[in-house]
Amino acid sequence: MREINFDEIVSKIESLCLSANVSLADGITDCYHKALEAEETAMAKSIIADCIENQKIAFEEKVPLCQDTGLAVFFIKLGDEIKIKGGLLSDAVAKGVSLGYTKGFLRASSLDDPLYDRKNTRDNTPPIIHTETVSGDKLEITFIPKGGGAENMSALKMMSPSAGEKGVIDFVVDTVKNAGGNPCPPVVIGVGIGSNFEGCALLAKKALLREIGSRNPDPRYKALEEKLLMLVNETGIGPQGFGGKTTAFDLHVEYAPCHLASLPVAVNINCHIHRKQTVII
Amino acid sequence: MIKKISTPLSVEAVKSLKAGDIVHLSGVIYTARDAAHKKLTELVQSGSFAGIDFAGAVIYYCGPTPAKPGKVIGSAGPTTSGRMDAYVPYLMDKLGFLGMIGKGKRSQPVIESIKKHTGVYFAAVGGAGALISKKIIKAEAVLFEELGAEAVYKLEVLDFPLIVAIDSEGNDICR
Repeated sequence: MREINFDEIVSKIESLCLSANVSLADGITDCYHKALEAEETAMAKSIIADCIENQKIAFEEKVPLCQDTGLAVFFIKLGDEIKIKGGLLSDAVAKGVSLGYTKGFLRASSLDDPLYDRKNTRDNTPPIIHTETVSGDKLEITFIPKGGGAENMSALKMMSPSAGEKGVIDFVVDTVKNAGGNPCPPVVIGVGIGSNFEGCALLAKKALLREIGSRNPDPRYKALEEKLLMLVNETGIGPQGFGGKTTAFDLHVEYAPCHLASLPVAVNINCHIHRKQTVII
Repeated sequence: MIKKISTPLSVEAVKSLKAGDIVHLSGVIYTARDAAHKKLTELVQSGSFAGIDFAGAVIYYCGPTPAKPGKVIGSAGPTTSGRMDAYVPYLMDKLGFLGMIGKGKRSQPVIESIKKHTGVYFAAVGGAGALISKKIIKAEAVLFEELGAEAVYKLEVLDFPLIVAIDSEGNDICR
């Protein structure tokens, strides 16, 4: 067994909170530059130019890219040869988030109760943690600060299997159309197809973890990704919803086995401030 | 061409703005988002609101990140405006603000309210909070400080870049 100290995880999470909020996921800066070339109106070009300037300022001055520094979402792969010394993994992550968000001047956006109290917890805890056990002696932690504006525009539908590919396509495109400028387009879209109700939502979020420009290894789903991305960009919603050619930078589909009666589909939208960083301990 | 305007807004200045115009706004603006809108509504309804004169004011839907030492403010971009729609027609009637800054589309009742009061809805670039922070030269929490990021901040801005998304005639360029 390999031992990892609780405090080491805390300190890694603290740094991850800071770095992931001032730098974009790999590939997004290139997407900005491609959009700047592709867009034709002065307004769309000016919006994208502001986004390029924004990420420069954020990175150079270590000021958050966006004031919505998100709920803290983690995807963790825990090697089965690891023992954590000094406490629970989930407690270490929560402590790291608390330190990272308070000491790092990041915005605390987490409320203790959704309906009645709605009181800010002041340190952006609790984080949302998805842990998977894998073989080996490594601990891999991926952090995505997920903003509320784009998350609010996400949707899930339990479709009838008879809806087929056309039903899935219509649902994804309608979700993006309905969102309009609200989720800060150009967006990145994660689509989950299959599993069950909660599994489908998780697939959609996992699809957001994929590298920009990557395609599903299954040729049918690869073709579906390409078709959906094209249709989403043909909506003309454009940067910030003021019209243009770039509504989404990328779209990823993840799928999983499902019940014979079901065709679950989930669409998880992320804004152009697509933040994602991984640390391996 | 960029139009320069300053706060408090006059009806004449608002009338000169057309949907699609690019504007640089200077002067004092006030932040307010979800919780502040709810609290303001409750205070006005109970007749106990006092202290800030919102006549001709501009409300900015923004919950900034905390300022680092020596800085005026942290990242300070717009949040989704639609969540404020339920409160806006009543508050525009009662408080007399004329401008709003946010991102995304508005409801029909808000558009009607903008027409009724000769108001304007500006869009700031969502996700450009670091860039926008450079246009804010002064910031002070003036109401509901207990709300943290959701407090009402009095901001002084210089050449805050905005797009006229809905003008005083109700022309709307949001999708």
